[in-house]
Amino acid sequence: MISFERVTKRYPDGTVAVSSLSLEAPDGAITVLVGPSGCGKTTSLRMVNRLIEPTEGRILVNGVDARQQPAAELRRGIGYVIQQAGLFPHRTIVDNIATVPRLLGQSRSAARNRAFELMELVGLDKALAKRYPHQLSGGQQQRVGVARALAADPPVLLMDEPFSAVDPIVRKGLQEEFLRIQAAVAKTILFVTHDIDEAVKLGDKIAVLRQGGILAQFDTPDRLLAEPADEFVEQFLGTDRGIKRLTFYTANGLNLLGGPVVAADTEPAAAREAALSGGFPWLLVVDEQRRPLGWTNPEALSGSQPVGKTRLVSFGHVFRADTDSLRAALDSAVLSPTGWAVGVDAEGGVIGVVSQETIADAIRAAHATQAHVDVAVGDVEGEPAAEDAGPEDRSLEQAR
Amino acid sequence: MSVFDLPSYVQNDYLGLMGQQIEVSLGACAAGLAISLPIGQACARWRHAYPPVLVFVTILYSIPSIAMFVFLVAYTHLTETTVFIPLVIYSLAILVPGVVDGIRAVPPEVRIAADAMGFGPARRYLQVELPIATPTIMAAVRVAAVSSISLMSVGGVLGNLGGFGNLFTQGLRHFEIRLVWLGLFSLLALALAVDLALRALQRLLTPWSARRSVRA
Repeated sequence: MISFERVTKRYPDGTVAVSSLSLEAPDGAITVLVGPSGCGKTTSLRMVNRLIEPTEGRILVNGVDARQQPAAELRRGIGYVIQQAGLFPHRTIVDNIATVPRLLGQSRSAARNRAFELMELVGLDKALAKRYPHQLSGGQQQRVGVARALAADPPVLLMDEPFSAVDPIVRKGLQEEFLRIQAAVAKTILFVTHDIDEAVKLGDKIAVLRQGGILAQFDTPDRLLAEPADEFVEQFLGTDRGIKRLTFYTANGLNLLGGPVVAADTEPAAAREAALSGGFPWLLVVDEQRRPLGWTNPEALSGSQPVGKTRLVSFGHVFRADTDSLRAALDSAVLSPTGWAVGVDAEGGVIGVVSQETIADAIRAAHATQAHVDVAVGDVEGEPAAEDAGPEDRSLEQAR
Repeated sequence: MSVFDLPSYVQNDYLGLMGQQIEVSLGACAAGLAISLPIGQACARWRHAYPPVLVFVTILYSIPSIAMFVFLVAYTHLTETTVFIPLVIYSLAILVPGVVDGIRAVPPEVRIAADAMGFGPARRYLQVELPIATPTIMAAVRVAAVSSISLMSVGGVLGNLGGFGNLFTQGLRHFEIRLVWLGLFSLLALALAVDLALRALQRLLTPWSARRSVRA
């Protein structure tokens, strides 16, 4: 656990970077510090491993005041990942990763073996081991940065905008990989970003900081999106926080209809019959592997050609019915020309389709359940069933 | 008679001149580097110290060598040291900026990463900053070495102290143009060889440097 206890950083010229910050980053979880530039998030992070010394207050790392041991020793026990990776250009990838174990006195071969393990963990090809950092792509360099930070197996990891310098597609991949790694290693992570979407995606808890290093709100992502503490937080979350919040509701409860799904070789008459009996305005045509081909309008079907041979309307994109969130399902429906979203399984085969209206009902139901849980928790604690009752609740499956 | 046979008034054979040339000029360059490393490191750390230091070493560079010889002869007499000291002083004007530029070229995020991983100041300098600064420093060393080789010729005016430069003074004194040509080509060949050797050394020291690597 990392605890900030009324931590203030004031510079000699009077600027206050962090103002009486108190928060606790729980064990084995990702705590995100997010806010606009100048909100003191990086300063806060760097005070944990004493790259910057606080003016007032103290920081406890696993119960011990960070200032009780020499800075260099403290730092060898805390992993650190920064934006441009900060790899040593003169050392090979494997030696970069082996840096901290070597500083801790491990033999070269032991440190290298450890480095190879980590290359595997972060998904780096072992063929890259003898390369130098500049021979790697930005995304690969950032993986090396994460591997290097994990090499000595520190309980605590500090990450300062580690994925900001790569392009959006690589960033998305790195974020997902990072969550996968964290699920395996369960480190106590303090993560700085200016990107609220990244914060919502990665954070178990989010601390929103405002200019001057003042803590505006410290909450779970779902609670943050549901109930921003003030106008600043609300503005920082953006105008689509309702949509963002859907990230936390899983799509696997949606009632997917199999009726409007027809095989490509279906005769037009049979297709019309199926549409009429079910009252479906559109039919989704699938191939032999049940992969979606496109939508067809049964009323416009004529002639004797099977539906697969007729002109089909694009289905936009699909969502994974078992793992995706309501946000993905809603996006799929909004994008679809027919207003229906296509749910698929892990192999990409269509399970069924769902209308915007059904998704809207599911959203209302999810919100109602969430509110009910909040109220219930509030009652247990003997508080009035107020709107911001009780501690955060994570009972709803987080579908990331 | 080979072109490398020298008349007796040169008071040295060809290999003797070459040995003196290499010993004094490269020795001065090495000594200059040893002095420049701490000065350069200090200038990179305390930024405001660099401009005055730079002015100082540049002024030193502008002092004519003959004047320095006259001043030094009183203390070090007619020895190689009298030639050696000015060469060291001149090399500073090239090497100090080289070291400062090299240390400053270490990317800030690399320095922060080194601190954050628990490098102490000495280890950070030796294992991170100095290796990364090496290509820039070596570029300066190559210039300083070649310039030392050339500047040393003036030592010939002190007698037998100019390495191949002795061939110029003796050649002029005895109207032997062959010696002047020999000295000139020997200096050029030596400068070229030293530069190539230092370049090879640089590649050995910095296998990671961008120029040699093949893109992934």
